[in-house]
Amino acid sequence: MRTPLRKPHWIATSVLPLTLALTVAGCAGGGDDSSSGDGSGGGVDPNGALSAFTTEPQNPLIPGNTVEQGGTKVVRALFTGLTRYDPVTGESKFAMADKIDTTDSKVYTIKIKSGWKFHDGTEVKAKNFVDAWNYTTYGPNAQLGASFFEQVQGYKDVHPADPDGDGPQKAPTPTADKLSGLKVVDDTTFQVTLYAPFSVFELKLGYTPFFPLPDSFFADEKGFEAKPIGNGPFKFVSRKPNTEIKLTRNDDYKGDDPAKFKDLTYKMYETNEAAYNAVVGGDLDFLDNIPPAGLTGGKYKQDLEGHNGSTPYMGNQTLTFPLYDPTYQNPDLRKAISLAINRQEIVDKIFDGTRIPADGWVNPAVPGYAKNQCPELCKYDPAKAKDYLAKSGFKGQIKLSTNADGGHKDWMTATCNSIKNALGLDCVYEPIPTFSETRQQITAHSMKAIFRSGWIADYPSIEDFLNQLYRTGASSNDGLYSNPKVDGLLAQADASPKVEDANKLYQEAERVLNDDMPVIPLWNQTSQFGWSDRIDHARLSSLKDLDLTTVTVKKK
Amino acid sequence: MGRYVLRRLLQLVPVFIGTTFLIYWLVWSLPGDPFAGKCGDRPCPPEYIAQMTARFHLDDPLIVQYGRYMLNLLHGDFGETFRGLDVGELIGDAYPNTIRLAVVALLIEAVIGLAAGVLTGLRGRGFLDNLVLVSTLFLISLPVFVTGFVLQITLGFELKWIKTTVSASPAPWQYLIVPGFVLGSLSMAYVTRLTRTSIAENKRADYVRTAIAKGLPQRRVVGVHLLRNSAIPVVTFLGTDLGALMGGAIVTEGIFDIKGIGSLVYRGILGKEGVTVTGVVTLLVVVYLVSNLLVDLLYAVLDPRIRYD
Repeated sequence: MRTPLRKPHWIATSVLPLTLALTVAGCAGGGDDSSSGDGSGGGVDPNGALSAFTTEPQNPLIPGNTVEQGGTKVVRALFTGLTRYDPVTGESKFAMADKIDTTDSKVYTIKIKSGWKFHDGTEVKAKNFVDAWNYTTYGPNAQLGASFFEQVQGYKDVHPADPDGDGPQKAPTPTADKLSGLKVVDDTTFQVTLYAPFSVFELKLGYTPFFPLPDSFFADEKGFEAKPIGNGPFKFVSRKPNTEIKLTRNDDYKGDDPAKFKDLTYKMYETNEAAYNAVVGGDLDFLDNIPPAGLTGGKYKQDLEGHNGSTPYMGNQTLTFPLYDPTYQNPDLRKAISLAINRQEIVDKIFDGTRIPADGWVNPAVPGYAKNQCPELCKYDPAKAKDYLAKSGFKGQIKLSTNADGGHKDWMTATCNSIKNALGLDCVYEPIPTFSETRQQITAHSMKAIFRSGWIADYPSIEDFLNQLYRTGASSNDGLYSNPKVDGLLAQADASPKVEDANKLYQEAERVLNDDMPVIPLWNQTSQFGWSDRIDHARLSSLKDLDLTTVTVKKK
Repeated sequence: MGRYVLRRLLQLVPVFIGTTFLIYWLVWSLPGDPFAGKCGDRPCPPEYIAQMTARFHLDDPLIVQYGRYMLNLLHGDFGETFRGLDVGELIGDAYPNTIRLAVVALLIEAVIGLAAGVLTGLRGRGFLDNLVLVSTLFLISLPVFVTGFVLQITLGFELKWIKTTVSASPAPWQYLIVPGFVLGSLSMAYVTRLTRTSIAENKRADYVRTAIAKGLPQRRVVGVHLLRNSAIPVVTFLGTDLGALMGGAIVTEGIFDIKGIGSLVYRGILGKEGVTVTGVVTLLVVVYLVSNLLVDLLYAVLDPRIRYD
């Protein structure tokens, strides 16, 4: 029924409203009367309020320290970076940047638009970016986003590597407290020098750790944590832990994508089910993650008739082989297992058709993606699977594992059964109680079973799906995969001055993974979302946020 | 009486220290890495872990950590979560909700339970007795989450009489009636049964016969003599139940999204946050101990034969 590469229905239908919305926003730029726009019944209340679901941020709302979903949503509303990502195509577009010049992809001269202000009234200057980046990378500040600056010259001096990972030895004290590759030219211009050419760098600039910080942050960090000050479309109002975060529109916002409503409340719920009930009951306006209880049998389509949607986002689900374990050393065995998984059937039976079977290691929504990168091994073929198994000579039990608290049991068991039936081997699913225990075992490289892994893009680029996962020693290379050929191609891709050339090389590196099958691609994720009848034009961006630029609140 | 209360209060101290240490130790020895899930599906950078470990003194031996925690607690400082939130504030936000919910539940179970128990106990066998018997059996056999979801769906989604989720904090009283009923329903059934049995038993007691023989009006016989004596087991039950209601509210709080201590503890355990769990449970222990003390004191009021010297 659903072909893997079908252009998602949602994109097709939403492009029109998007272009419409953009032109409307563009026209309304100077004036303030935008209530005459769309004709979807009832007027638009430009001063309306809406609430959206989030989870409690893991860390204080400092951009450089926010890399998980719950916090990122809020930080993206509070801040605007040099670039932003198109909600539909994921393309990187200029936001605060006026011009980004580079001739060799090694030295970037970035000019920002003048006249932008932080919420406290101070102007956003080039210095604010440079200071923020220096702060984020400085080792002792222990910011989670530090590693995204690793290509910038001087990174190794301000952020020396810990000699033994997270072992007992302390990381050496940095020899510098500022990145030598960052230079403020004037109030609106700064220069970034990288260690080596890296064309994807520009695409990274819209990610949260690259946001600017106001001067007041450096004067009073505690005060900033209590009341974050950004430069984005929304201002911070108040926060009640585990309950809500209130924001309000920044009317001085200079961007071309202001919100069409006033007050935004991010609400936290005890469970996803409670949030679902709240959105059905009308207490919550937008839920980006409909829980399994609502998905079963398409229940949410009735509960939220005309108020729901489904969109692919830049995430995939994979199975990773612990290559440090002697059991899975043989690539033929790994290929056999990949061939033995009936992806389409599992997607149809378990997920009600809401996932897209993978045809490669990179998510289709990501710029740089190429079709059918895993042409042979990612298709269900029991006969071929048996051939590979015979070649490997493996006779034993296959174990799959993941955390039991994440709702993965059904598809993990189905996958196991598929392997069992196709290969005639015994396969067991062995869950580990909590996510943190699972993560601990993965990080410690003590997994004995094939484990679930997934990746959600930090920034939309094929690079993010490969460099972080398959390069030798990469931060998220959890299976300890290493292939000099892949490393070589990735390094070559990193160094090519043009994004298009780089992408070709990344795609080539991706194809090499066919030889080793270190990670089995399963399917690409989609997110089902729903909204209340108080709002219109609600949709989910490809980074899994409510698109704050299109959503409107109905007039009462 | 005064000395008895004092003695009981002093007993609280070792119990308090014992329980808090036990909880601290339990959370401390849970498997898992507190920072494992904090950086999404990727490992946290070592600098981050090192900094957090130093900041929360996680490398110290358990006893030192516990000692530091207790010392801070004496100053009224409940500590900080790994997310950098003040535990005292979290508890301050969450506790009132749970207390309100528990009070509503307790009121519902006491009023309805006692009334039904007294009625059936006095009347004896008959239609009403059978009805109460069957309905209490029904409530007892239903797990709380079934009652919760059924009421949420029927009263909330279908009939739209109640709000499906409370969400607001502090939770408004009127929203808590149905969640309170759900939480108290099981105990309400027990209270009904206890009261009924107790009344039925005491109805034939000597002192009741004496009271009737003295020619006292029916209302006084029942209201003062019978009820007061029959109330002792019920009061014991209600007193201990208050603690159980607060601790056991986690399911109800989850269904109706009440921002109480249930989820606070649950998340604390999952995230290995000893500070949060100990803080919340410490207060639960205090509530439990105090409510037990109150129950014991009530005995003396209810039963003239009991005296504390």
